[in-house]
Amino acid sequence: MSTYVLNLITVRLLIAALTLLIVSFAVFFATAMLPGDTATILLGQAATPEAVAGLRSAMHLDDPAYLRFLRWLVGLFRGDLGTSYVNNVAVADLIGGRFVNTMRLAGITALFSVPLALTLGITAAMFRGSLYDRAVTILTIGIISIPEFMVATSAVLVFSVYLKWLPALSFANDVTSIGQMLKVFAMPVISLTFVVAAQMIRMTRAAVIDTINTPYVETALLKGASRPRMVLRHALPNAVGPIVNAVALSLSYLVGGVIIVETIFNYPGIAKLMVDGVATRDLPLIQTCAMIFCVGYLSLITLADIIAILANPRLR
Amino acid sequence: MTPSVTLAQKFGYRFSWVGMIGLSIMLLWGIMALIAPNIIPHPVGEIVDEDYFGAISSRFWLGSDYLGRDMLSRILMGARYTVGISLAAVSIACFSGVVLGMTAAVVGGWFDAAVSRFLDAMNSIPGKLSGLVVVAAVGSSITVLIVTLAVIYTPGAYRFARALAVNINTMDYITVARTRGEGLVYIIGSEILPNIIGPVLADLGLRFVFIVLLLSGLSFLGLGVQPPYADWGALVHENVGGLPFGAPAVIVPSLAIASLTISVNLLIDNLPQKIRDRSA
Amino acid sequence: MENLVEIRDLKVEATTDSGRRVDIIKAVSLDIAPGEIVALIGESGSGKTTIALTLMGYTRSGCRICGGQVRIAGKDMVTLSERERAGIRGTQVAYVPQSAAAAFNPAMRIIDQVIEISRIHQLMPDGRARLKAIDLFRALSLPNPETIGSRYPHQVSGGQLQRLSAAMALIGDPKLVIFDEPTTALDVTTQIEVLRAFKAVMKKGGISGVYVSHDLAVVAQIADRIVVLRNGEVQEAGTTAEILTCAQHPYTRELLAAFEPKPRDHEIGVEDRKVLLEVSDLVSGYGPIQADGLPLVQAVKDVSLTVKKGRNLGIIGESGCGKSTLARTIAGILPAYSGNLLFDNRELAGTVRQRSRDQLRDMQIVFQYADTALNPEKSIEEILGRPLQFYHGLKGKQRDTRIDQLLDMVHLPKSLRHRRPQELSGGQKQRVNFARALAAEPKLIICDEITSALDTVVAAAIINLLKELQRELSLSYIFISHDLSVVEAICDEIVVMYGGRKVEEITPAQLKAPQHPYSKLLFSSVPKLDPAWLDALELDPELVRTYGHT
Repeated sequence: MSTYVLNLITVRLLIAALTLLIVSFAVFFATAMLPGDTATILLGQAATPEAVAGLRSAMHLDDPAYLRFLRWLVGLFRGDLGTSYVNNVAVADLIGGRFVNTMRLAGITALFSVPLALTLGITAAMFRGSLYDRAVTILTIGIISIPEFMVATSAVLVFSVYLKWLPALSFANDVTSIGQMLKVFAMPVISLTFVVAAQMIRMTRAAVIDTINTPYVETALLKGASRPRMVLRHALPNAVGPIVNAVALSLSYLVGGVIIVETIFNYPGIAKLMVDGVATRDLPLIQTCAMIFCVGYLSLITLADIIAILANPRLR
Repeated sequence: MTPSVTLAQKFGYRFSWVGMIGLSIMLLWGIMALIAPNIIPHPVGEIVDEDYFGAISSRFWLGSDYLGRDMLSRILMGARYTVGISLAAVSIACFSGVVLGMTAAVVGGWFDAAVSRFLDAMNSIPGKLSGLVVVAAVGSSITVLIVTLAVIYTPGAYRFARALAVNINTMDYITVARTRGEGLVYIIGSEILPNIIGPVLADLGLRFVFIVLLLSGLSFLGLGVQPPYADWGALVHENVGGLPFGAPAVIVPSLAIASLTISVNLLIDNLPQKIRDRSA
Repeated sequence: MENLVEIRDLKVEATTDSGRRVDIIKAVSLDIAPGEIVALIGESGSGKTTIALTLMGYTRSGCRICGGQVRIAGKDMVTLSERERAGIRGTQVAYVPQSAAAAFNPAMRIIDQVIEISRIHQLMPDGRARLKAIDLFRALSLPNPETIGSRYPHQVSGGQLQRLSAAMALIGDPKLVIFDEPTTALDVTTQIEVLRAFKAVMKKGGISGVYVSHDLAVVAQIADRIVVLRNGEVQEAGTTAEILTCAQHPYTRELLAAFEPKPRDHEIGVEDRKVLLEVSDLVSGYGPIQADGLPLVQAVKDVSLTVKKGRNLGIIGESGCGKSTLARTIAGILPAYSGNLLFDNRELAGTVRQRSRDQLRDMQIVFQYADTALNPEKSIEEILGRPLQFYHGLKGKQRDTRIDQLLDMVHLPKSLRHRRPQELSGGQKQRVNFARALAAEPKLIICDEITSALDTVVAAAIINLLKELQRELSLSYIFISHDLSVVEAICDEIVVMYGGRKVEEITPAQLKAPQHPYSKLLFSSVPKLDPAWLDALELDPELVRTYGHT
């Protein structure tokens, strides 16, 4: 690997770090500095001004904004995620097991959706304009046009209400057999796979078609290459960067999807925890959950960029 | 010649029938949102059916909801909120994004770098997450929703417009205008904007779809439009208890959202290549 | 002798954006004998590449063969199945593209792409194919034939890639090779080597060829017969000697006339003209500024020159020599890092922003590609009207009258004023481009390769227009070009640039006897209509090594 490539990757990592800093500031700004005074939230509208003032100073709420931001950031780095406003439990304890649940759901979804989407996206591009391609296109437009909750509720309607194959609700805690696990994960995973795969298919197809339209693929055709050879040997290796990007961007739809899907299926993950936290305005919990999702998203995008740099033949 | 005239010329012909269907459904919902208060068969807040989750009947064309209110009336009124909030948010987002994007492309240098870096960072917060965070911090009102949705989708509009404007900015006619001594406003307004207006409007349509979906998602979680008002997402939220019986009250609002978003997507997908083309 | 290729009544139609169908090839017939090289010559849009591609049974997207036959060794490419065509591509007919840089897959090593035809059609074991490729590299006089194949396309030069793409086409021992403007993107000094290599391998292997080009002089060196095309129809066909010496068709004659030397009229009282622009020790370039205050890439190094009132200065050199950067620096588009600009006896600031409006008005720049220099969303009226309003405050009727005058000056009909650039032909667009500069009423116009993107005949007309306007308006031009004949036709002084430096300054009269070795190489590399020119040309190999880009 040349030093030039190393430099590019270093720059990419630095950008990711800077982005994370801006993002954490935005999250902090939105939750801690917008109107809606934390002390008032905690004590309720009926609290006396003295009580509010007392709590404000106890929580350092009167300190300058940058100091509070720094204190919060340092806490995050140390793993001190704060204490829930609602039940005084450490946020880290609230999140613990639920984080694993969410990762499991996301992981299983990725395992299904990525191979499915790549196959459909690449073959649709290969047979561009065919009936098959048009069917895939219409189906994916349909799915990305409807809200995630509609995908999930339709899945419930079909599989639970009419076919009665699967339970409508998930509880990841009482999984003892493979059969049960299948039942618990089937619906959330099916719903999420639809949402994520549709995006991924569209973007993969577009990326491959872009490379098919290049002069070097035309050259391959004029050498007598078959269609699969043109696509697999000539177009695909050059589409790796865009495809990896498509996969990363689509997987980030998992974040939005997970929030809806965990709520609908009552799945005990951090997204459900966060939505419940919003209802009770539990700011430390929300800040932490938001940061977890942002870090996850940023890592995916950064990883995709680095793979794209490594896959670029011009940088070899 | 003004940009609107050139657009009219471009839009004048070559519309496929699929695109026409998309356009008609879009317009239909737009008109419904405008005239809804005058055509609803029953008052939206009033319990008119003795049955809850009532089936489709000649009296209640789309059934009744979890309290026995008329769904047709609630859907028609819901269109006002879904279409209205989304339209307001997308207009703000695209206006600010496009103006900033063109300025950054033309000015370049540290201004471009700073704005791009900042907005890219904002863009890396998933939309639904920002929605949740803001609602948690300041609560949910229609104004908050519009501003939040607009802020969430400004970076995307910026990025899109900047990418187009950067391409145009390398054209020799921009160099000619610069060497003539033209200022920023002329270059942005007269030289760049007419060349990107088509793709920008198509992008506005796509962003409208994203905003409708995000708004519906937030409302579905009970964090968007609050009672007594209800947009289509909130209607699904209210009536989700009817899901086990397959009640029309939970299915119909979803279909309403789908009909709007799919028709916008169909229209955009069937626009002439020239307008859709990102590199144009 | 049986013909290898027989095209009969070939018709190709294209579907436009709005769904209309247009015939782009109208009943073309032509034959190619075994071992014969036939050139298809014509301007852009004449259908020459389209016809060449039908020889492989292929049309670009949006086009379709809708009639006629294309027989190769007895088989009709039009009626064959796609699978049968694929079997013929690469083995019987092969293709050398215009831009080899784009035609090579950036993700594959060169050797794998060169022997791919052998792999696809299973012609021979890979080991043998590699040896054959190396032989071809040697025959095409490529440097390091044993190892050049293990590189990636972006690691070799343009001239080398062009020859490598010929090796790629020849690996399957085709009976017919199609060359699609293979030297158009190359510099003249590089073109010679590539042309020689092509000619040698084709003659040695007795291979038939189709050579698509717009350049008669290049074609004269390599083709046995020439077919002149225009608007999808054959205008004239004949042996190379016939076409060059006794062309019948008026269009062919126009093409030939563009090659005749057009000496500049000698004017009187040349000596006592005032200096309009004086450039001294100019340095400019791109990239971040280094510690010594100079940019990372110095594209122009210590260039000094003067332009006198009513006189023209030509700047000539190959791609990358810094001539365009120099033009842009003078115009204030790029900042100068050191050196002085004196215009009309007044100091000229480095960038557009620091110059006064009158200074900007006095010096106008016209770019090579009218397509990118004219805003496609504006009418001709708006394009010409803006400088009138901006510099002279003209409005309403005054402005309209002036626009009509300007159109008249560049010999365009007034009816064009409501059109948009894309509705105009290439030559018309370039005239509008020029008229916009005239609208400012400048003293100096910098012309950056303004004829290079135009077809020969159209370019000649533009040059005549420039001369005419100069007489009427007492303008000065700085004329930048890579094309010696153009510069010769219009300039009083010629500056030769190489590697960012001015290597020589000469007058057209001295063109035959340049002093600097690079000028000698450059001038002697310009192809001549004489078919024996290439074979007779002897270039000093030392010079080629020092200055050539191969």
